[in-house]
Amino acid sequence: MVDYLVVILSSGLMSNAHPIVVFITAGILTALPIFLFMAFFALAAVYAERKVSAFMQDRLGPMGQGAGFHAGKWGLLQTVADAIKLVIKEDIIPAKADRKLFILAPFIVFVGAFITYVALPFNQVIMAADFNIGIFYILAVASLGVIGIILAGYGSNNKWSLYGAMRSAAQIVSYEIPAALSILTVIMLVGSLEMQEIIMAQSGTIWGFLPNWFIFNNPFTFLAFFIYFISGVAEVNRTPFDLPETESELVAGFHTEYSGIRWGFFFLAEYAYVFIVAAVASIVFLGGWQSLIPGIMAGPGWGLFWFFAKTGFLFFVMMWFRWTFPRLRVDQLMKVCWKFFLPFAFINILGVGIWDLFVR
Amino acid sequence: MNFLELVNYINSNFVKNFVPVEVEAPADHIDCPADRWRSLAEFLRSDEDMEFDSMMCITGVDYGGEEGNLGVIYNLFSMSHQHKLEVRVTVPKYKPVIPTVENIWRIADWFEREVFDMFGIEFDGHRDLRRLLLPEDWEGYPLRKDYEFPETYHGIPINKVKEGWE
Amino acid sequence: MGVIHGEEMVLNIGPQHPSTHGVLRMKVRTDGEILTQITPIIGYLHRCFEKHCENVTYEQCLPYTDRCDYIASMNNNFGYALAVERLMGISVPERVEYIRIIVAELNRIASHQLAIGTFGLDVGAFTPFLYCFRDRERILDLFEMLCGSRLLYNYIWVGGVSHDLPAGFVEKVYEFIDYFEPNIQEYNDILTFNKIFIERAADVGVLPEDVAISYGVTGPNLRGSGVKWDLRRHDPYSVYDKLDFDIPVGTGAMGTVGDCWDRYYVRIREMEESAKIIRQALDQMPREGDVHEALPKKVRPPKGSVYVRTESPRGELGYYIISDGKPKPFRLHMRSPALTALSVIDEIGRGWMLSDVLAILGSLDIVLGEIDR
Repeated sequence: MVDYLVVILSSGLMSNAHPIVVFITAGILTALPIFLFMAFFALAAVYAERKVSAFMQDRLGPMGQGAGFHAGKWGLLQTVADAIKLVIKEDIIPAKADRKLFILAPFIVFVGAFITYVALPFNQVIMAADFNIGIFYILAVASLGVIGIILAGYGSNNKWSLYGAMRSAAQIVSYEIPAALSILTVIMLVGSLEMQEIIMAQSGTIWGFLPNWFIFNNPFTFLAFFIYFISGVAEVNRTPFDLPETESELVAGFHTEYSGIRWGFFFLAEYAYVFIVAAVASIVFLGGWQSLIPGIMAGPGWGLFWFFAKTGFLFFVMMWFRWTFPRLRVDQLMKVCWKFFLPFAFINILGVGIWDLFVR
Repeated sequence: MNFLELVNYINSNFVKNFVPVEVEAPADHIDCPADRWRSLAEFLRSDEDMEFDSMMCITGVDYGGEEGNLGVIYNLFSMSHQHKLEVRVTVPKYKPVIPTVENIWRIADWFEREVFDMFGIEFDGHRDLRRLLLPEDWEGYPLRKDYEFPETYHGIPINKVKEGWE
Repeated sequence: MGVIHGEEMVLNIGPQHPSTHGVLRMKVRTDGEILTQITPIIGYLHRCFEKHCENVTYEQCLPYTDRCDYIASMNNNFGYALAVERLMGISVPERVEYIRIIVAELNRIASHQLAIGTFGLDVGAFTPFLYCFRDRERILDLFEMLCGSRLLYNYIWVGGVSHDLPAGFVEKVYEFIDYFEPNIQEYNDILTFNKIFIERAADVGVLPEDVAISYGVTGPNLRGSGVKWDLRRHDPYSVYDKLDFDIPVGTGAMGTVGDCWDRYYVRIREMEESAKIIRQALDQMPREGDVHEALPKKVRPPKGSVYVRTESPRGELGYYIISDGKPKPFRLHMRSPALTALSVIDEIGRGWMLSDVLAILGSLDIVLGEIDR
């Protein structure tokens, strides 16, 4: 999309400006919608999370009544009110905190999520930049956030935050491996790292009736999807793997000392990461913008719909996890990763290789 | 065993004699001098027919009045034999020292700390005799009958006590 | 565990912490995630219960007992009323006995619901907590109908109860029991037999029988260690001896006898038993009778002392009362079951991870109001 905008701008409106200016303008024009999308998605996700959790728990969730400063019909304005509260809240930096790191940390976490969106294809055309190492870029950049989390934990000068940061470092680094190895199975089949090509490879049907998504391609990719998705849930610190911020053990984990807009950035980034994990799972294994029934409802508009439907469903599954399961202990978490996911991820790679050579 | 059988058993098997004290109600407890309490406790815990394995409750008392004695009341229970016993140890206020039983019944650790906290009775041999409920720097022992309410706490004035609500 | 040992760190859990169930402070030494020493520091909620009681009349003590264990106020009222009645030699009408048992058992169910719900919270399961509260709400509605308040009832008086059962109450309780008994299965489905929950609770914080008895641990925690011991059966008070109920004990079904899971599951089973007791008590209760018949004109016990213990949802709740014949108690001491349960935390929590210790604390079901008094 950036390239596209550069072409349009340099041939039209900004035909006599310096190329770098044109590039920056195009970049900003692309980045702004992403930022707005992130903010909007966080609001929508929080609302959805509240409502879904409420229905799972036999409650109503936020409900507004009547006119005036209530939360609006069905509590629709609740998250908006929350956002306003976060922005205008007092910003507190503890006296004993490492000021520079404390201020820097939320931005690193946020930037890590933000730049990941560059490579996400929302449909056939909407994509900030389609470059040839797309999925590799996403995997690499998405784990940048852990640096921010460690800095936040260390810079807060709080024992709880330190615990959270330590756990998070161990957890995210561990779960990166099975997640990446699971995606590798698909890359082996496609032979490309480019996002659009991965999706293109999933068009058509398999066995006559199923869409040719990689989850249905062979037993190994089927398993790989679950390994990736569960590792992804662990990477974004959601229950049952929310050890870095376990509210019942570590108060709030790495963001114990944060308040107001700085905390808001963590919050925004958390939901952005959730979206990324769900989106990558749906792109790599569930065909991204490919239609559920191959050949029907296939245009770019429908592509957008299918992409969000699949991502939304996976997000719903994450909420389902969160409101159903208790939390794992830190050693059990590591055990699951190193003793079960990692060996299976390796077996998957071997299996897909054999499958690709002999069966297909 | 009922209470009288218990007392008879203790009288005949334990080296020192204990005589149940008559209060206005029929006797329901035995009195023990402070210096013999430790050996009696060990006997009650370890003797096969006694086997008081559960310390139900330790209550500190300030008997007030002119003598001004402090007392500690031990309610013992045996899970295996299903009998209970109340032992009272009384000490004078000028020298409130009682041997500890915290390594016989582990719960006595905290119960004795509570009594120390509220009455200032020292438990000789207790490993960790600190205040339990009140702050470390609290002055005086509040449940003693002659306790004077402090006027300030760390510079914060405390409201005067109102005289009951009859 | 590895062999590398770094420096130990001292960590303060509380007094303000999400899972200390109140204002408990625990000073712990940590070696990484593992806690090598736990020192509970209590007293942040000390409200001078015993000193207060020496300065007010026996009737006026009653509301203070509510505020000790505010989760199970009925049971605290019950124990106190029994103690004073035994001191005065009053016996109450049969109808009052049954009413007391019904409300005490309802309160026991409510208390256990809170206990298992917050235990779920401690291990990170949020939804079971709200399921429990959904059902607890109905009990609180019943109590509101009965005496007007939802938390601190002040309902069981010395020699009787404050109000007779309102019209329709008995039917409502039947209705509740019919609704509640099948609902226990829902707790089992969502939490009890969840694989992650079993991983978190089984084999964790094992409390052996002899340690439990030596530490004076009572109630569901003791039964979780496999000791069949219930004061309602073994030292019966009121009319519990006319009622038929089982005493659930920990069996080590998922791990070792006396682990967190056993303590948890004993509470689930006890709710079933309480429902059974309520149903029987409702059937046997005389339908007519004056609940104020035995109320003494003036509560002035004769000289003497008494130690009365009852089975509160947390264990053996004892009152030691010394009377000198005046309208005010000479000395009133409360033996708190939660205090004894908390005192064992260092013994069974040492060497476990931070997450486990908070789970153990949750499984002991402490109420700080009662510990600090």
